[in-house]
Amino acid sequence: MFDRTAPALPARPGVGFKPQHYEALMADPGPVAWLEVHAENYMGAGGRPLAQLQALAARFPVSVHGVGLSIGGEGPLEHAHLDRLRGLVDHLPAARFSEHLAWSSHGGAFLNDLLPLPYTARTLARVCAHVDQVQQALGRQMLLENPSSYLAFTESEMPETAFLGEVVQRTGCGLLLDVNNVFVSAVNLGFEPRAYIDALPLGAVGELHLGGHDSDSDDQGRPLLIDSHGAPVADPVWALLDHVLSLTGPKPLLIEWDTDVPDWPELRAEAARAALALEAVR
Amino acid sequence: MSEGTLLSALRDPEGVLPSGLHDGRGGPATRRFAVYRNNIAVSLREAIVTGFPTLLALLGPRNMAQLARAFVQGHPPTSPVLLTYGTELPAFLDGFAPLATLPYLADAARLDLALRRAYHAADADPIPPEALGLLSQTDLGRAVLILAPAVQVLRSNWPLHDIWRLAHQDGPPPGAQAQDLLITRAHFDPACHALSPGAAAFLQACLEGRSAAEALEQARTEAPAFDLSALLALLLAQRALCTLEIPQ
Repeated sequence: MFDRTAPALPARPGVGFKPQHYEALMADPGPVAWLEVHAENYMGAGGRPLAQLQALAARFPVSVHGVGLSIGGEGPLEHAHLDRLRGLVDHLPAARFSEHLAWSSHGGAFLNDLLPLPYTARTLARVCAHVDQVQQALGRQMLLENPSSYLAFTESEMPETAFLGEVVQRTGCGLLLDVNNVFVSAVNLGFEPRAYIDALPLGAVGELHLGGHDSDSDDQGRPLLIDSHGAPVADPVWALLDHVLSLTGPKPLLIEWDTDVPDWPELRAEAARAALALEAVR
Repeated sequence: MSEGTLLSALRDPEGVLPSGLHDGRGGPATRRFAVYRNNIAVSLREAIVTGFPTLLALLGPRNMAQLARAFVQGHPPTSPVLLTYGTELPAFLDGFAPLATLPYLADAARLDLALRRAYHAADADPIPPEALGLLSQTDLGRAVLILAPAVQVLRSNWPLHDIWRLAHQDGPPPGAQAQDLLITRAHFDPACHALSPGAAAFLQACLEGRSAAEALEQARTEAPAFDLSALLALLLAQRALCTLEIPQ
């Protein structure tokens, strides 16, 4: 059903591309073997962003990561946005397309954040219908990313892992397993991160994400971690990654750093650490 | 819980926490809810602040943050493509009482939008500079000058080019003359040029699909001394002229 001829992502380190790194990255990618870009930043008609992306795609496999489809939303997916995504992933062509288990638009307004949804039979049916629609529109399998959570819904009927497992089984989509998101959610909601990992259909994992988080505290003074993508990957997240890799074997492994973006050598060093973690399970 | 219920509480800084949310252990989720509320507000404000660099330079970070806060409250993006976010800001500024003493800010915002549009505009190959010289006077008059997609004309009642230079390059204090602006993108970086009298009328006529002769007539109506060759030289140097369409 899906086109499998597009270039594959290697089971090596990748980074989220930032335009300020363009020249340094091209001159010295180090262990970086693939790149991820946020789809919505490349939806202009031309100019430098698309020219840079074209040059990057000629050299590296590129994974396109959407942040605006609102797959978890109540409303229908925006057709115009699906068309723009199709144009981008076909044009490159993208090695992968991924999106989030979250919602970000309502009633014609876009909120620019990944907002949470309750896990019920009703929301499951909705998310599956949306994932089906994306895969049909793009003519390829998509990966769905687990969210970072700060709160939970009383009305939820199943754990997030069961919800994701059902979506994978019903739609044939893959998983983008964000290991930092698992850790952030586990601390925030008080669950055991390894048990969460073990409950996922790990055979469906097509890509792994790592990123940095910030620490705050909640009303009771308990730790509240914020998924900021603005810091180095935390040590317990590296440890959790080792657990994931011991179960999955080597996978395409991305470092995300989106705010307070460091100079290229620091990001490249994070990618080098990711390369070591992958080597350990080869 | 419906999205609508969540959303009203997320977008209202004083909003009450909806029931049915907890911290994963059955406890209150107030601070946790605030994370989402803060993410939305901060990211949209940030999109406005970075999307309007001239306004930011003129107002300074604190005032710009206030303006962004006021704007995003009533104007959330209508598309996930934030490259186009903020098109209503000039009109919003026209009616924004706290900044009413700085009436040129709306045009500064229009200029920022035009430069951003130019940055993301479609690529286009310019005509070779000698192509114009090869045309007979008659053909040049009949030709429709097709400008690159990045090219825009901005007519202002303010010395907008001076204001832009002052904001970004420490130029001299703005003069008293109103200035028309031309936005071009020779390669990847947009540029902004002050136009001499008549030039904006000429270019607007070109953008409307009128012939060079008609455009020249409009320019000379506004400014009898309008110098076409100087404008053509600027367009060629800026790679702003894409096609000469000569009707058969």
